[in-house]
Amino acid sequence: MPHTDAAAVALARDGDSEAFRALVERHSRAVYRLAHRMTGSPQDAEDVVQETFLRAYRQLGRFESRANFSTWLHRIAVNCSIDLIRSRHHRETSHDAADLEFADAANDERTEHSPERLMLSTEVQDRVNTAMASLSRMERAAFVLRHFEGLSIDEICQALGMKANAAKHSIFRAVRKMRVALEPFVES
Amino acid sequence: MHLTEDDLVLHYYGEMTGADEARATGHLTACASCQASYTQLQRVLAIVDTAPAVDAPTGFERIAWARLEAALPARRRGWLSWFVLSPARLAWAAALVVLVAAAFFAGRLLPRPAAPVTTASTAAEKVRERILLVDLGDHLDRTQMVLVELVSADEGTGPVDISTEQARAQQLLAANRLYRQTAVSTGDTAMASVLDDLERVLVDVAASPSPVSQADFDAVRRRIESKGLLFKVRIVSSEVRERQRAAVQQQKGI
Ligand SMILES: [Zn+2]
Repeated sequence: MPHTDAAAVALARDGDSEAFRALVERHSRAVYRLAHRMTGSPQDAEDVVQETFLRAYRQLGRFESRANFSTWLHRIAVNCSIDLIRSRHHRETSHDAADLEFADAANDERTEHSPERLMLSTEVQDRVNTAMASLSRMERAAFVLRHFEGLSIDEICQALGMKANAAKHSIFRAVRKMRVALEPFVES
Repeated sequence: MHLTEDDLVLHYYGEMTGADEARATGHLTACASCQASYTQLQRVLAIVDTAPAVDAPTGFERIAWARLEAALPARRRGWLSWFVLSPARLAWAAALVVLVAAAFFAGRLLPRPAAPVTTASTAAEKVRERILLVDLGDHLDRTQMVLVELVSADEGTGPVDISTEQARAQQLLAANRLYRQTAVSTGDTAMASVLDDLERVLVDVAASPSPVSQADFDAVRRRIESKGLLFKVRIVSSEVRERQRAAVQQQKGI
């Protein structure tokens, strides 16, 4: 098994499937985490991993050997996630009902929890994940691209094919949901 | 005028334009109330950062590779070795599927002519359609058999030897993928969805270590059972058989 990514890429480019396998085994987990964060679904994340490596395989010839393979792959994975989200977007249903239920649950917990308990971490992490899960597909994608991937709102509009203000408002809604869910956990 | 919640978000992400940004920064230094809201926002978003992303299940690398390997362009893998190593039946099935399946699935979407048309080309198409129906039906039966064996295996506590099922799953995988792609490209979503579910299970089985631990084995079984996969396969399989019978009868002019 080649020791470095650069060596593995060079071999894989010449058709060495074992070298490509090494790249998949080293990086598929990181791609999954990114894809899951973007899509919020294990099945979609699996599909993104598959598509990311297929694209990477086809584009190996274009990979600059001095570049960082995981950075390059990460970019492909973000694009694959965006493509999947856009292709599923038309099936998006309204999340309003779910949003309301979620807000109520958050208000209940606000009164229930004492500050000492709240700072204990697994509970907080569960809460973040629940809050993330309450976002609509587009809110989630826009928020993750802004917050974790550092894309500008203009870039997000273009990437997700949204109208000028839609990405901005998706982010506002997402942050509002995070506040509702997590404010009980921070001291004011 | 105080800053709105949305202003604070834009400020946090550095998305405010020159004049607005200057106003926001100025206001935040002067207004304790907005400063408090902003601190609260920073804390909330800092918590978001601390939550780890959801991790892939154990053994995911293996599954990812097994699924990919079946999908990588064959030319890179060396078509000769693929041909020699695979059972002749699989190579035949793959070639047949590529040539014929598109015509078959596309045919389903078009209205059938009221009376049989007896030109040479439509007769040839019918023969091809029948061959494909037989092959697809056969594929579904063999896949079903593997799933039944896995689901009905005795409950145990130790590792399970599934090497036979694995070898068969591996063989079925490539053909399954071709059928699925064809079903997708011709808009047969019901068939595509069942074949997609099958592919995931076949990949799981093919990629499992053997002997497989009881826990992993149970996970595979749960996956088969949770999706009602056996039931779905039986439905599409009998539908294929039905179409096969209809094609034969049409051929005979019954
Ligand atoms: Zn103020």
